[in-house]
Amino acid sequence: MNMHRDILLEVRDLQVSYGHIKAVKGVSFTVRRGEIVTLIGANGAGKSSILKAISGLIPYTGHILFNNQDLQKIPAHKIVDLGISQVPEGRGIFGNLTVQENLRLAAWQRGDKQEIATDYDRVYTTFPQLKERCHQLGETLSGGEQQMLAVGRALMSRAKLVLLDEPSMGLSPLLVREIFKVIAEINLNGATILLVEQNANMALRLASRAYVLETGSVIMSGGGKLLSDPRVRAAYLGA
Amino acid sequence: MAYWLQQILNALQLSSIYALIALGYTMVYGIINLINFAHGDVFMVGSFCCFMAAAFLGLSFLPALLLSMIGSAFLGVAIERLAYKPLRQAPRVSAIITALGVGIFIENFTLSLAPYPKVIPPLLKNITWALGGVTFSSLQLIIILLSIGLMFFLDYIVYRTPVGMAMRAISWDKTYVPLMGVPVDFIISITFALGAGLAGAAGTMYGLAYPVIDPYMGIMVGWKAFIAAVVGGIGNIRGAVIGSFILGTVEIMVVAFFPSTYRDFVAFTLLLLLIIIRPYGILGKPRTQKV
Repeated sequence: MNMHRDILLEVRDLQVSYGHIKAVKGVSFTVRRGEIVTLIGANGAGKSSILKAISGLIPYTGHILFNNQDLQKIPAHKIVDLGISQVPEGRGIFGNLTVQENLRLAAWQRGDKQEIATDYDRVYTTFPQLKERCHQLGETLSGGEQQMLAVGRALMSRAKLVLLDEPSMGLSPLLVREIFKVIAEINLNGATILLVEQNANMALRLASRAYVLETGSVIMSGGGKLLSDPRVRAAYLGA
Repeated sequence: MAYWLQQILNALQLSSIYALIALGYTMVYGIINLINFAHGDVFMVGSFCCFMAAAFLGLSFLPALLLSMIGSAFLGVAIERLAYKPLRQAPRVSAIITALGVGIFIENFTLSLAPYPKVIPPLLKNITWALGGVTFSSLQLIIILLSIGLMFFLDYIVYRTPVGMAMRAISWDKTYVPLMGVPVDFIISITFALGAGLAGAAGTMYGLAYPVIDPYMGIMVGWKAFIAAVVGGIGNIRGAVIGSFILGTVEIMVVAFFPSTYRDFVAFTLLLLLIIIRPYGILGKPRTQKV
């Protein structure tokens, strides 16, 4: 059962409710080590809720297994220790902290100053704009720079699995391409990626596999050929 | 000139004590948006800790100060864990009423143990100097210097350490702080411990300057420190210090030039006016909600 050993994240019958409203209605999917998997779907399909559940930010029923370990009872900050980092929707930059402090905070569970300094360099090499602004407050950054910082924080945590929630939101096509290039790089450097997107076109080009969500359920899944599936094209690619 | 210098020295002493207490109000507000109305009573417990350390344990100044700070810090953390944490998702008004209740509980609990005012034995040999018409005492200098030292210590923690970064991040928006691997509950406990520890230090120093202590001593001092924090811009650490120095100076100057009964009246009027002009306080900023 080689396949089984390759599975990094397994989501089984995940259900998330906000009061009486069911946002996620029994979703199951898997992410294998080294993959880029994308969840695409319209607003309100339940994509963000799935990521929040994986990170332990919201209660859920069902099972989320990371490296075969059930995450149900593990508090959010310990899930980061296990190697899952999330770049949240809206970036979640701390505007009253400097760029470098934002990065430092993301390395919270790590003590080695030398390694942290190496990682600052790595982030600043990837995003030279951030280096120029390293002592500026987060709130002074543009939307694109904030997204770079959010991705930079994921690099700082040295995560095995990076969850990205709509990294393209509010960015110009040029910046979106740059961010997606960096996501591919992070993946080449060994991290597994779970990408949530409304920009299905970009996401499907990048991803090895995709799941299509509609009102809280998976309605389709597959590889890159989803791009040419007429239903996907009609619903998400405006074709 | 000498008279002015004398008053400035007195103002510094009073302001330092206000500042140590105001810092606790502003830190707790900054991190969980709660006005901790029991904070003045933590200051009072700090005074009583100092009394017990001196009267029963026979400790000298520094050990008594440390014991009082540690005792107050534990009390602060216990209050948060038992009274406020269960209400974190509840409406803010429930938490504020709880805070008032905790304060009344602490006052009456202390009253049941100490029905009569206590006198703190002198822990320091108080030497007085006269220099060109200005008299100052060693106690006064210790209060001012120690307070300033503690404020720099706090400033260092908040602005130079990862724990301080986590505290500031929580005050910005705590939703995503756990995604950084930061244990939010632990950071909140540290915040309460620091704030209460400083109030304990203030209680000790206040008790040395005004040795007759009673369970209600924290109410008025606590209110004033709270107002100093609001004037400075609640949630802003440096603002709390500035607000305290304004309040302390105004109070001392009123007493110096007017009948002393005008003190609270003038002080509070000035502060109300300041709040009308700058509703968010001197360093406070209205937060624009970001999308």
